[in-house]
Amino acid sequence: MIELLPLFIAIPLGGAFLITLTAWKLRRLADILGVCAGLPLLVLALLCIGKQGVYHVGAFLAPLGINLVLDGFSVLLLVIVNVIGFMALLYSISYMEQYTAKYKYYALFLLMVGGMNGVVLTGDMFNLFVFLEIASIASYALVAFGCEHEELEASFKYLVLGSIGSTFILLGVAVLYGLTGFLNMASIAQAVASMEKTWLLSFASVLFLVGFGIKAALVPFHPWLPDAHPSAPAPISAMLSGVLIKALGVYAITRVVFNVLGATPLFGIIIMVLGVLSMTIGVFLAVGQWDFKRLLAYHSISQMGYVVLGIGLGMFIIANNGPTLVAGMAIFGGIFHLANHAVFKSLLFLCSGSVEYQTGTRQLKSLGGLQEKMPVTGTTCTIASLSIAGIPPFNGFWSKLIIVIATVLAAFVFPGMLILTAITILVSFVTLISFLKVLRYVFLGELPSLFKQIKDSPFFMGISLVMLSLLCIGMGLLLIPGLRSVVFDPAVEALKQGLDYGKQILTGF
Amino acid sequence: MIFPLCFALFVVGLYCALTKRNVIKIVIGLAIMEYAVNLFLVLLGYKKGITLADAQAPIIEPVTNLDDFFMKAVDPLPQALVLTSIVIGLGVTALAIAICIRLYQRYGTFDISEMRRLKG
Amino acid sequence: MNGMSPIVQTVARFVKVFILLYGIYLTLTGHLTPGGGFAGGVVIASLYILLTLAYGKKFSLKYFPRKLAGSLDSVGALIFLVVAVLGFYFGGIFFANFLQKNYPGAEFSLLSAGTIPINNIAICIKVASSLFLVFIIMAVARIIDKKDGSKDYKQDQEKE
Repeated sequence: MIELLPLFIAIPLGGAFLITLTAWKLRRLADILGVCAGLPLLVLALLCIGKQGVYHVGAFLAPLGINLVLDGFSVLLLVIVNVIGFMALLYSISYMEQYTAKYKYYALFLLMVGGMNGVVLTGDMFNLFVFLEIASIASYALVAFGCEHEELEASFKYLVLGSIGSTFILLGVAVLYGLTGFLNMASIAQAVASMEKTWLLSFASVLFLVGFGIKAALVPFHPWLPDAHPSAPAPISAMLSGVLIKALGVYAITRVVFNVLGATPLFGIIIMVLGVLSMTIGVFLAVGQWDFKRLLAYHSISQMGYVVLGIGLGMFIIANNGPTLVAGMAIFGGIFHLANHAVFKSLLFLCSGSVEYQTGTRQLKSLGGLQEKMPVTGTTCTIASLSIAGIPPFNGFWSKLIIVIATVLAAFVFPGMLILTAITILVSFVTLISFLKVLRYVFLGELPSLFKQIKDSPFFMGISLVMLSLLCIGMGLLLIPGLRSVVFDPAVEALKQGLDYGKQILTGF
Repeated sequence: MIFPLCFALFVVGLYCALTKRNVIKIVIGLAIMEYAVNLFLVLLGYKKGITLADAQAPIIEPVTNLDDFFMKAVDPLPQALVLTSIVIGLGVTALAIAICIRLYQRYGTFDISEMRRLKG
Repeated sequence: MNGMSPIVQTVARFVKVFILLYGIYLTLTGHLTPGGGFAGGVVIASLYILLTLAYGKKFSLKYFPRKLAGSLDSVGALIFLVVAVLGFYFGGIFFANFLQKNYPGAEFSLLSAGTIPINNIAICIKVASSLFLVFIIMAVARIIDKKDGSKDYKQDQEKE
């Protein structure tokens, strides 16, 4: 399995170039090539579950060459990226019929997937930056895909903030290189572990925090997200909200802070504060929205707050030598919520895309009563809404429950964590209110006479909606110890080992 | 001394990107930030204690004296990084300018404060 | 843009061969001296830009149409990828240098670096055509309906 790792980068890139080369005249060929590139990625990603290993590209060994690292946390993200990516590809077959230049869409989409796979797999700081930029540039172009006023404006905003973030990350990489003389994450981790902490190291970590924070849209750095995510075509919104902010933002920051720079208590506190701010501010801004997709975008900020809170709490406990069981639980809650959020948020965005595709509007006030006309979309959207609001037995409930339990347990050791519990539960209630509003205004109530003629989503759109909603229902099963020990425990272990990561990579698993 | 100057250039670019209202000037600000980081990376390659005049280009030829080379040669890795980062910067700038042209077609202005369709 | 004065046109006519040769030289000796596919490609692209400025865009689009540039853009990237995958096939490792090193030439000679010159050529094709594409799309933005042409900026040019 390990020897097939480069295919995660080679297939999407090759597919993208092949599409631009051959498919500019034949629309169907672009569809076929796009799905043909997505399917093997999905299969390969699912085969990767439970595997670990290091791949040396070009047969150059670790500190010299670039290596691809597959550990528990990478596998989790890899599976999420490729599952959601494949669903979005299926969905776009029908949805993108309304746009011209479909082949360019597929090419950019595959580039984005390739970039994200690279970010998740790479074990080299500079290579991380390169893949991050590939994914970001493709996403800037995809946000502007419609070429209307709003899309261009949103894309420009996203581009400016995104490239400021990238420049911060590059400066951080440069400082780290100057400090340690390595670019390989594992070697940097070893060097950092053995040297004394200087202000330059803190400076680099602040640069990384700002850079990846912009990519992850944590609250002080969030203003691009509510514009950019709704402006993109629906499958792209699903990819951006569901995967991109996680792979480029949360994954990268977690990997860098835990495994490269080493967790410190101060850093844990900063990340927790960012998480709490994102949670509360995001959700309160979301309640007042009347644009379907914009509301979902604000909820992305809020839900990413949960993820970051869980991870930050784990980091804080580890750095303070608290009980590792609680730390593991907090991290587990965070990354479980990350996986769940990817599923239900992309499902919600795809549902909003279906509604917009059939009715031509996404203003909540002008919609209504669509449940009888669009039963598939209505049912899946209800499942996703209940899931994001944390209603049992859907997946969102379980991950939120684990985060809440982790905060309560942490409060035994560090009193004052109870306030986190309170905030978590409060935010969950506000989320529920906000999604009841969505369901009430879109799917229940009276059907406007304008929409008497509409039909349900086309086949390919419907099938990806149904598959994602099945995932929503089924992901609670991952809590069963047998499944959990295969999927999530390696990821938690990979993060908990901290700077020992380097030793493991350099000597082999 | 020279590293803080790089950082000052970086801050100048950041200031330009964040406060200017003309979209082209914002793009120029991004470019300045990019170049500040590139400059910083290139400067990282010089060995400690070797003056700029003494430093060698990192090229090995059959006649090269290797001891001297290891003493004085510049680290070639940051140069490769800079090359890559320049290419990336080129891509970002080209995309930004393309979006600026499109924005001008739609709004008829380069002033960012007049592009305010998105609220909330 | 309908071209510039006869002086510029004449100078461009004399200079163009040398620029092209210099670009090819940089590309082919990229594994020995500073330079390589990216630098060579930029030089060749600057030749296109010079000709466009001197003779006008109709001239350069006649000899190097946009579709051709777009296709070459993808072809360059695909060659690069195919070389990488061939390394997978022959050498067992992605990007492995599956051609024998130091063969047929000795060390420090032109043909001595296995797959690297092939990669350099692929990068050169890609960079030259995509830079030209960016320039021509920006230059003729008002005439041809441009569709995000500058988007396909792939950075894998630089993975060598």
